[in-house]
Amino acid sequence: MVPVDHYLWLSLALFTIGVIGVLTRRNVIIILMSIELILNAVNINLVAFSHMFGSVDGQVFAIFIITDAAAEAAVGLGIILAFFRNRETLLADEMDMLKW
Amino acid sequence: MSHLLSPSILRLVLPVLYAVVIVAVLPLLAGYIVLVERKVMADMQARLGPMRVGPHGLLQPIADAVKLLLKEDIIPDKADRLLFWLAPLVSVTMALLAYAALPIGPAFQIADLNIGLLFILAVSSLGIYGIVLGGWASNSHYSLLGALRSAAQLVSYETAAGLGLISALLLAGSLSMKDIVMAQYDQGIWFISYVPIGFFIYMVGSIAETNRAPFDLPEAESELVAGYMTEYSGFRWSLYFLAEYANMIIVAGIATTLFLGGWLRPFASSHTAMPGTSIELLDALPSLLVLAVALYCFYLAPKQPVKIQRLVMAMAGGLCLIIAGALAGALFAPAAVLQGIHGAFWFLAKVFAYIYFFLWFRFTFPRYRFDQLMRLGWRFLIPLALVNLIATATALLATREWGGSLFFYTLLADAVTLAVAMFLAKNDEVDSVVPVTDGE
Amino acid sequence: MGLNSILFYFFAALAVVSAILMVTRRNVVHGAVYLITTLLATAGVFLLLQAEFLFITQVILYVGGIMVLFVFVIMLVNLDVSLLQYQFNRQRFVAGVLALALAAQLFIVIKMGKTSLFPQARVPEVLPKNTEAVADALFGRFMLPFEIASILLLVAMIGAVVMAKRRV
Repeated sequence: MVPVDHYLWLSLALFTIGVIGVLTRRNVIIILMSIELILNAVNINLVAFSHMFGSVDGQVFAIFIITDAAAEAAVGLGIILAFFRNRETLLADEMDMLKW
Repeated sequence: MSHLLSPSILRLVLPVLYAVVIVAVLPLLAGYIVLVERKVMADMQARLGPMRVGPHGLLQPIADAVKLLLKEDIIPDKADRLLFWLAPLVSVTMALLAYAALPIGPAFQIADLNIGLLFILAVSSLGIYGIVLGGWASNSHYSLLGALRSAAQLVSYETAAGLGLISALLLAGSLSMKDIVMAQYDQGIWFISYVPIGFFIYMVGSIAETNRAPFDLPEAESELVAGYMTEYSGFRWSLYFLAEYANMIIVAGIATTLFLGGWLRPFASSHTAMPGTSIELLDALPSLLVLAVALYCFYLAPKQPVKIQRLVMAMAGGLCLIIAGALAGALFAPAAVLQGIHGAFWFLAKVFAYIYFFLWFRFTFPRYRFDQLMRLGWRFLIPLALVNLIATATALLATREWGGSLFFYTLLADAVTLAVAMFLAKNDEVDSVVPVTDGE
Repeated sequence: MGLNSILFYFFAALAVVSAILMVTRRNVVHGAVYLITTLLATAGVFLLLQAEFLFITQVILYVGGIMVLFVFVIMLVNLDVSLLQYQFNRQRFVAGVLALALAAQLFIVIKMGKTSLFPQARVPEVLPKNTEAVADALFGRFMLPFEIASILLLVAMIGAVVMAKRRV
């Protein structure tokens, strides 16, 4: 029987890797993918607690998070495509048109 | 010794045995379906098809397999090696994985999952990666565009096919494949008579999902210009090929399970027995059908021009006689054996009938252009599938609230859906005459 | 060590290794493939937690939908020069330190709160069918969030179409 806190450690590890990916990488698509990783880490957390309490509320919340991730990925990738058509770059460092 | 056959060991060993049988038989089966396809194509085009390799071309698949295995393995210069190696692997693994939830008989199922139907749909959607990664890894613009087009087509028609399936799912009440067949047994009628439009939507969606004509533009491109399979040759190409035919059998299996009653014989719930015995009348049907095929083979045998063909035709007749005898003999066996053998026969018969429709459509309809294909998927099939879903659900609700026969309410629902279909088809006609391109 | 535990540690190791590989790849397509592996390992963890509907939803939606979208866009904005540029930005050391500080804080929280977690999960003797239970919750108590999520998806669909359309 796996103790519940092992699921929390796994979730923490994935969350940290996701945060490092978002803050450190230059390629915008990898940043978006790291955000998906963060959302997944949260999902593992929710489902572990749902298992612990024996109720499905955590799983329903996780379904909503997946829905939300889908919407955000679609719009985010649309924005990236539009930006790429204008500026030919995928690096977050070079997307600085609003800087003075 | 008896502990070897104990229930717990059997529960582990039987699924593995079934899996080994399926993985071993499938390549041979796929090869012979190709031969059947070429023969059917020839018949519809008033010619004979492969006749040289073996009598009546029966050894053609073996020759093709040997050729493919001996071909040189070419990898394009700047191709991404990891993905080039991985892509056919993903395709074939997902195609074979779906067989885990397919019920070929009441006891011939590798795993009776609670979510069996969703599992097969999930695995089919994972098969898209084989195509997309293969097109990308080939490092060729034509491959990439062909792969992206194919993936877009697959994703669109997967949605439509899934929605068509749900209308039959409503009637079954469970996602487990075995429960769906048992629901058809309990209700005494195949679900195709309740939701024929759902069946039609699923059929069109499944033809597009397996990249078959008339939706085979990504594949035909590899005949005309290029497609995701261009840079693949030899064994890698044969993996893609096996994946495609395995996919065909899987979608036929899903359609059979959901709409055509799975392993049940026609009129499965009526148990009229033959006078004097306890054998059911309709259970004699399989052996009678195979006997008819055997007699036809014997009738054709003397008319063959070449001696070896006469011999092979006679042998085929003899084989059919043996199968008919086995099916008749199973009537006197215990009920489990009878159900198993006859169940497998009916399942395979229905799957081959469905695949025959695939072959028939391939040689009847001209190919859809890609924008027409996407228009058909998004502007006709998906709205129609949604209307069908709502209509079927309303019919079920009406049966529950007001009583009366489900058949009558679903008849009304189907009439409404058919009217909407006519309306949608008429609406689309004007647009597709002049294709609207916006500088793509 | 039951089969459950072995499979969990296997999936956990697979998820963490694939995640690390994903954030360090130079080739974005390889990164996407490693994210797919991570998501499949996560789906496996869900299945081990007896959340079978969430497992299949993760595979169909996340791996079969969202990641296909990612792979499409990566292939459409294919930039050969991106393989030769610096992968990590100038703030990487500060960012790394801050991320580790956050991880340390969460570590302490979990360590201190461990005693309030139940030693064994409260799994009832006969499990209710997971899909039915999720459906009851989703269409019962969580009906309003469900409808809001559908409107969110509609808005996102329109937004994505508008953003990705070429200005004709």
